[in-house]
Amino acid sequence: MTTPDSKNYELVCGMEVHAELKTNSKMFCGCKNDPFGAPEPNIYTCPTCMGMPGGLPVANKKAIEWTIKLGLALGCKINLFSKFDRKNYFYPDLPKAYQISQFDIPFCYEGTIETSEGPIRITRIHLEEDTGKLQHKNIDGKKVSLLDYNRSSVPLIEIVTEPDIHSTSQAKEYAKKLRQIIRYLDIADCDMDQGGMRLEANISLREVGTTELPNYKVEVKNINSFRFMEQAIAFEMDRHQEILEAGETPPQETRGWNPTKNETFAQRMKEEAADYRYFPDPDLAPVRFTQKQVDAIGKQLPELPNAKQARWLTKFGIETKYSDLLTSERTYAEWLETVFAQAEKPNDIANALVNKKITISEGEAPAAVIKKVAALTQTDDVDSSELLAVIQEVMKANNDAVAKFRAGDTKVIGFFIGQVMRALGKKVDAAELRNALMTELKK
Amino acid sequence: MLAKKTLTQVLDLLEKKEITLEELHKDLHAAVAEKNETLNVYLTVNTASAEEAAQRSEAALRGIPIAVKDNYCTKGIRTTASSTVLDTFVPPYDSTVIANLKKAGASILGKTNLDAWAHGSSTETSQYGRTLNPRNTNHLPGGSSGGSAAAVAADMAIAALGTETAGSIRQPAAWCGIVGLKPTYGRCSRYGVVAMASSTDSPGPMTKTVEDAALLLNHMAGHDKYDGTTADVSVPDFTQAIGKSIKGLKIGYVYHSIEGLEESNAHLAKELEVFKKLGATVEKVEAMDPHYAISVYTVVQRGEVSSNLGRYDGIRYGNDRSFFGAEAKRRIMLGTYTLSKGYSDQYYNTAQKVRSLYIQDYNKLFETYDVLISLTSPGYAKKIGATEGEAMFGELEDMLLEPSSISGLPGISVPCYRDPETNLFLGMNIVAPMWKEETVIQVADAYEKATNWNTWRAAEKAGE
Repeated sequence: MTTPDSKNYELVCGMEVHAELKTNSKMFCGCKNDPFGAPEPNIYTCPTCMGMPGGLPVANKKAIEWTIKLGLALGCKINLFSKFDRKNYFYPDLPKAYQISQFDIPFCYEGTIETSEGPIRITRIHLEEDTGKLQHKNIDGKKVSLLDYNRSSVPLIEIVTEPDIHSTSQAKEYAKKLRQIIRYLDIADCDMDQGGMRLEANISLREVGTTELPNYKVEVKNINSFRFMEQAIAFEMDRHQEILEAGETPPQETRGWNPTKNETFAQRMKEEAADYRYFPDPDLAPVRFTQKQVDAIGKQLPELPNAKQARWLTKFGIETKYSDLLTSERTYAEWLETVFAQAEKPNDIANALVNKKITISEGEAPAAVIKKVAALTQTDDVDSSELLAVIQEVMKANNDAVAKFRAGDTKVIGFFIGQVMRALGKKVDAAELRNALMTELKK
Repeated sequence: MLAKKTLTQVLDLLEKKEITLEELHKDLHAAVAEKNETLNVYLTVNTASAEEAAQRSEAALRGIPIAVKDNYCTKGIRTTASSTVLDTFVPPYDSTVIANLKKAGASILGKTNLDAWAHGSSTETSQYGRTLNPRNTNHLPGGSSGGSAAAVAADMAIAALGTETAGSIRQPAAWCGIVGLKPTYGRCSRYGVVAMASSTDSPGPMTKTVEDAALLLNHMAGHDKYDGTTADVSVPDFTQAIGKSIKGLKIGYVYHSIEGLEESNAHLAKELEVFKKLGATVEKVEAMDPHYAISVYTVVQRGEVSSNLGRYDGIRYGNDRSFFGAEAKRRIMLGTYTLSKGYSDQYYNTAQKVRSLYIQDYNKLFETYDVLISLTSPGYAKKIGATEGEAMFGELEDMLLEPSSISGLPGISVPCYRDPETNLFLGMNIVAPMWKEETVIQVADAYEKATNWNTWRAAEKAGE
């Protein structure tokens, strides 16, 4: 295996991210939306999400509003006229044999997410329904496939980017930022272990210096951790480079990630890709919004991490190197701000938290946190005669070190400071102690 | 025989306590037992109808049993859509229209035959055998709601439910000499009705008189939170249109000069004179050629069918795909083709544009006319076996209804001529703008009472 030679090739990568919205009910029926919390399979189901004859979808208004909310948070344009389409394909976890999705008119389009390596353009955000869950098991020595439709028709958003990602670290930063913003909006939990957020990367390489898009692309699907995504992209980069250097083009295909073997594997060639026979779902009326309604949704947006960091800098003097980390979770950041508001030196608190100098728990009383930080620099008053007595005692007990010092090895002063502090059993102002020690040692 | 009574008559008799619910149900079950073997109207008979009805005797419909097309999901009663794919399917829920009617006091007498998946206009595609036309058993009842039409015509039901996508209520009503009302798309909920072509499916009543249709529709219609395409519009009392004068109403006579329909149109033209006597004006008017509607409907309907039938994989209920009949397979294949990448623009999307043209044409016509009248079907009920080798049989038979169906308009078919030799009927189709069921009811009722073509009205007049 060769290592990617960044001088020759650069990554060209776009991402597709799916996230399950945490509305109370499912996307197209009134069933409870809690596939991970369900105590048993197939209990949150009805004729509609089971695809029974006669079942009909009715769109979840909240899910639509939340999709638009995310669109606005990412600076997207909003389609005031939109619709749902049927994406037809057969799979046992898809009870209607079609998924209700959005084809040519997504709710949101043309947004951006900033990363430290440059902006990533968002192509579109659309809303669809999740499928049921298929499990292949061995029961009593028999191979069986089990179906659970608790997840069937749970609202799912898909965020698609332009091929603006040029490194594995940028891919990770993008995905993390996206998750952070979604969580800020409180519209999805994005629990990756359970599939609440799924990543897909469209990967190709091009020679450095060229600007046109490569003539192939490999899709790695259903990645469920940021680390796996980085690994999968890196693995693909190696693989593509090898093929490209041999003068060939990697075949257009869909691949999966095997976390045990740490490699991707071919799933299906693009030429065999299904024709989904998209058409507007006749069961659902088109969705129309007025600009006024969209503006009203925009007004519900919370302050997002970037804006919060900027405001913290002006208002509290919090350095970005701290606020970048401290704003990663919204409720934590909001609580922290109540601490900053009462602190004399908020940036010291930020420093102490980021460098883990103190242990706190979210929601703790601001005064208690401020006290903990203050304690880091607090010293006890010591009577000067008491201090002198201890210094002399320590010197007497460490004749060797005294001799060393007097011979010019002034570094041992640190040793004396520690010894005196321990003997005192108190925290003394270090500068003061140092001065007193110097005077005595030089005598 | 109480089975021969109309819905309005039976309600009146029950109210006056001149008959009991038990007698009524007994009479109907007797009629079913006597005729079903010959006519093949019911696929499933609800033997418990009387007990169920007894619990609802205080509600508006007083426990009256009705026949239900076998594509309405009925809780605990097998629902097949006349396809053996669903041979064993017993729905765990009632469709909204059924739930509404039960609440209003109706009970289910049985489930009637239809063209499998409602694909057809003859009942000949039913995988449970064809139904025969009670007016002349050498002939077909029409379809797809052929079983419901025959149940009413044969007095094997007081009233029945049908569904129409493009002619499936009105055409069998015409062929069997009964009244069939297709409401505005979105007036009655489709929830729980086995989907055929989602963008045009409309549940509606099939009855002995126009008044019965109005009454039944009152208890079927309304916004449904389970069907996003039902409109949140108020439901008027449709019986208010009964007995209302049509003086001054403007009637447009459409499809009067279509080649091959001369004989049927001659009968209709003569009948239109009745409206003039009743004080309305009648004018011949040109509407957009209905032939285009065949293509539009065929493309749209096949596309939607191919998607709607995908779920019948035998995994969760019923049998697998190998049980589909020839007609369903033909439609799935055609629909799959027209929706395919590269073809959808040429077919499905173009069809939707032509559909808009029909809607615009109607809007223009309704600026001048209150209702438009045409023949329901090009001619009389066809002989049994007529569909053999005729893949487009239904579309040709329903041609005159397809423009209004794809435009979502309400329409009613009432008998307007009976051939004395064959005992077969012609139907008159009355169409009004969206949400104007009252107008079609008003016009149809006035006509029905002014003429003698309606068998039950004629019997009433004769004092039977």
